Amino acid sequence: MSDAPSAGTTGPQHLPMIVRYTAGQRTNHWIVALAFVLAALSGLALFHPAVFWLSTLFGGGPWDRILHPFIGLLMCVAFAFYAAGIAAQNRMEPRDWAWLRQISDVISNREERLPEVGRYNAGQKLVFYVAVLCLIGLLLSGIVIWRAYFAQYFPIGGIRLASVLHALCAFVLICTIIVHIYAAIWVKGSIRAMIRGTVTPGWVWKHHRAWFRELTRATHPRPRPD
Amino acid sequence: MALQSLDIVRRSATTTPEPDIRIPVGTREVAKLIDTTKCIGCKACQVACMEWNDLRDGIGTNIGQYQNPHDLSDSTWTLMRFAEVENTKGDLEWLIRKDGCMHCADPGCLKACPSPGAIVQYANGIVDFHEENCIGCGYCVTGCPFDIPRISKKDKKAYKCTLCSDRVAVGLEPACIKSCPTGALVFGTKDDMKLHAAERIEDLRSRGFEQAGLYDPPGVGGTHVMYVLHHADQPQLYSDLPKDPQISPMVRVWKGFAKPLALATVALTALAGFFHYVRVGPDETDDHDEAAAQAMADKPEKAP
Repeated sequence: MSDAPSAGTTGPQHLPMIVRYTAGQRTNHWIVALAFVLAALSGLALFHPAVFWLSTLFGGGPWDRILHPFIGLLMCVAFAFYAAGIAAQNRMEPRDWAWLRQISDVISNREERLPEVGRYNAGQKLVFYVAVLCLIGLLLSGIVIWRAYFAQYFPIGGIRLASVLHALCAFVLICTIIVHIYAAIWVKGSIRAMIRGTVTPGWVWKHHRAWFRELTRATHPRPRPD
Repeated sequence: MALQSLDIVRRSATTTPEPDIRIPVGTREVAKLIDTTKCIGCKACQVACMEWNDLRDGIGTNIGQYQNPHDLSDSTWTLMRFAEVENTKGDLEWLIRKDGCMHCADPGCLKACPSPGAIVQYANGIVDFHEENCIGCGYCVTGCPFDIPRISKKDKKAYKCTLCSDRVAVGLEPACIKSCPTGALVFGTKDDMKLHAAERIEDLRSRGFEQAGLYDPPGVGGTHVMYVLHHADQPQLYSDLPKDPQISPMVRVWKGFAKPLALATVALTALAGFFHYVRVGPDETDDHDEAAAQAMADKPEKAP
């Protein structure tokens, strides 16, 4: 795939639509997303009795307990591939910190006041880092408390600590993903980007202007500065 | 082992009141008293437990100890633990302790259990596992301060001593009590057992066991299985009987305030998103943005 505007589809002003996510990335993202939803629901069922009924969705308590760790493993493996692909584009830059300091402008839709954003904004980058850390935490603590295969190899103190860490990481991740999902609903065009793969030039210009500059430079007939 | 003839006062993973309209006038809290100073290690109680509960553990290997099998399991709910201890005078003391569920007043297993009704506490103090509701997660193992519950490899359910709740419910004493040849095991109301223990302790002290005492640890609200120990100041001599057992602070946080707090925060996060949308509205891209993009694409060299 290339970041350059793709031929074929055209945006409103005759500029071609811009590919934001390839079919591979979209598939990978939705495998992670699906696994996350299933892992979160089956995990919450074991966390608070008020939502134990969620275990019914998985075939009852024992099936919930059996399936949850495997779903979690699937999520970790799929996310590892996804994260490897976008890690380089998620490094925090000075302009990202400035963006975060103006978070009130962000949530008030005063985008014109914000520093220019590259392929990902600082909020998206934070979601990326939180997801990486939480999934590492969930994977390691999850192995320790996986009663069917691994728990017998760990001391009881370790199992107790892992139980708390597992719940904590899951809590942070669930809240973060709710923000992530909401942001996609809030910023129109984002869901299309992850389902169809493309966004309009105006969308990129508005939300990711530094990336738009890169793209227009790349399509212009002159050598790339890098 | 669901028993309607015993009243349930606490039920795992349940936030509403238990069915407790009946007031058991005659039934007070029961207790098993294990007098380690009278125990001869005959294992009759182990056999009685196997017989009554139809349990047959696999044949293990002899590692040169009287303790057999080596540990509690899904089909060994009580076990004589043999400790050879050299006392300060250089003499050997053979400290034998019948291990099994302590039936805590504040049970860590019940606190940790995520499955509604898999663990119950009866009005008489017995803590019972209802295996048909058990999902096999092993949280009871994590919660127990005494390392008692065992998850079966065969059916992935948790098992432990029931204090013969089925026998007690119909006015019988637990099977192990019935079998004890020395009177080291006695069963009755908790008050009576404390009185009996006090007599035993007085006798032991008069015969040189200055530190003799009752093991009814307050950290778990007291237990419905109690020990008379010759060395109550050093319970750990008896195959690591914990000195001050408590539900671990980790388990208290995890299955205590963290539960409602985390769930509420998750719900509030989602609500915050909804109200942001209602108040601020979506961030949309319009024709002006497309036109601006077109303009910039036409003059890409322009510095930012």
